[in-house]
Amino acid sequence: MTELLVGTKKGLFVLEGEPGSEFEVKARAFAGMPVEYAMRDPRSGRLMASVTNAFHGPKIFYTDDPNGEWEQAQGVALPEGGDEALERIWTIVAGEDEQTVYAGGDPGVLFESRDGGLSWELNRALWEHPTRPDWTPGGGGLCLHSIVPWPGDPDKLTLGLSAVGIWLTDDGGKSWRNGNGGISPRYLPDDAPADTIQLCIHNVHRAPKQPERLFMQFHGGVYRSDDAGENWTSIADGLPSDFGFPLVVDPDDPDSAFVIPLVADMDRVTPDGCVRVYETRDAGASWTPRGDGLPSEHAYLTVLRQAFGRAGGGDQLELYFGATSGDVFGSGDAGATWFSAASHLPPVFSVRTSA
Amino acid sequence: MCVVRLRGPLKQLAGGEADHPVDGATVVEVLRELERSRPALDGWILDERGLIRRHINVFVNGEQEREDSQVGPDDRIDILPAISGG
Repeated sequence: MTELLVGTKKGLFVLEGEPGSEFEVKARAFAGMPVEYAMRDPRSGRLMASVTNAFHGPKIFYTDDPNGEWEQAQGVALPEGGDEALERIWTIVAGEDEQTVYAGGDPGVLFESRDGGLSWELNRALWEHPTRPDWTPGGGGLCLHSIVPWPGDPDKLTLGLSAVGIWLTDDGGKSWRNGNGGISPRYLPDDAPADTIQLCIHNVHRAPKQPERLFMQFHGGVYRSDDAGENWTSIADGLPSDFGFPLVVDPDDPDSAFVIPLVADMDRVTPDGCVRVYETRDAGASWTPRGDGLPSEHAYLTVLRQAFGRAGGGDQLELYFGATSGDVFGSGDAGATWFSAASHLPPVFSVRTSA
Repeated sequence: MCVVRLRGPLKQLAGGEADHPVDGATVVEVLRELERSRPALDGWILDERGLIRRHINVFVNGEQEREDSQVGPDDRIDILPAISGG
């Protein structure tokens, strides 16, 4: 049985099912509220959800039972009396320490919890980074959407921010540096400074069995890093478009990545009305479309950056993605065939499994 | 001491009581004291900058007011969600 946590414009939906058939809605929480992201911490079993309450601001809530009471986590706020307010929490990620959880948000902020997500503190080194006055938001805000731990080493972390590039720490977040070598933004003039941090990262994931390897979906580009995020190589050749938002890796195969190309930044729908997931098994040297069971005609879907998740790995890899159309599709065989897991949901913001 | 009247989720967070006597000379002083004395409300009406959240409307005796509006001891402050959304 697979559990899907689907964050939507109108609440959190908890779905359960077996790959190959429609999933059942087991719970709906935060009815009417945008739920940007939800995850179940594999260590504690605790569910955490990021709710962007249109009236009362962004919050993180947690529970052990999605049909029961949700508690508001403490400390998810910027320092009082400043010039900025927290706009949104984009992601929540389990850390490598037993109780550490990270959350990333807008305006480009990292929160850390040392008690499994009950209380949080702002990472001051990133908040007070001397380059921050020059940070430029993208169309979706100044969003810290990708938090990538290093398996077994809690001091190492990679962050992806839109639109201020890749950030790396080797000291548990006490200091941060950029890792943007080789990234080529088409939306800046040719003579823009080579060390610009005005880089619109869309999604970053690490190959856990080869942790120095990362894959990135960029705002016009797909990249791989083999040196822990310091430098990046384009691997977009062979894709119908290098624009898109989400990315997934097979945790058992460091040469794997899956992306869902959209036409372009000016037309953020699946190309030619045909929904396809593209898979590489050779670290980006080649890409293969996977669409058996996905809509192939007149299907103009938008798949947002957190709306592609996975469970398992290798031969047991399951893939799930949702669209702003309210559809959720799944594959129980690593993308070879696809089925409809849910339809008629509100616009889907995020999809994560409990695996 | 003016009275702050809450509805919906704010009333629930404040222990189910609608009316809350609170001290303060301006709207923001009253709201800050309301959130301080009822910690479950912290951050639900004011943001970190001390501003009323974008989609919250505050009325003093029926008139919509902003943060620096003066309030008196017999005033009633209603806090309502704005007509917004999608």
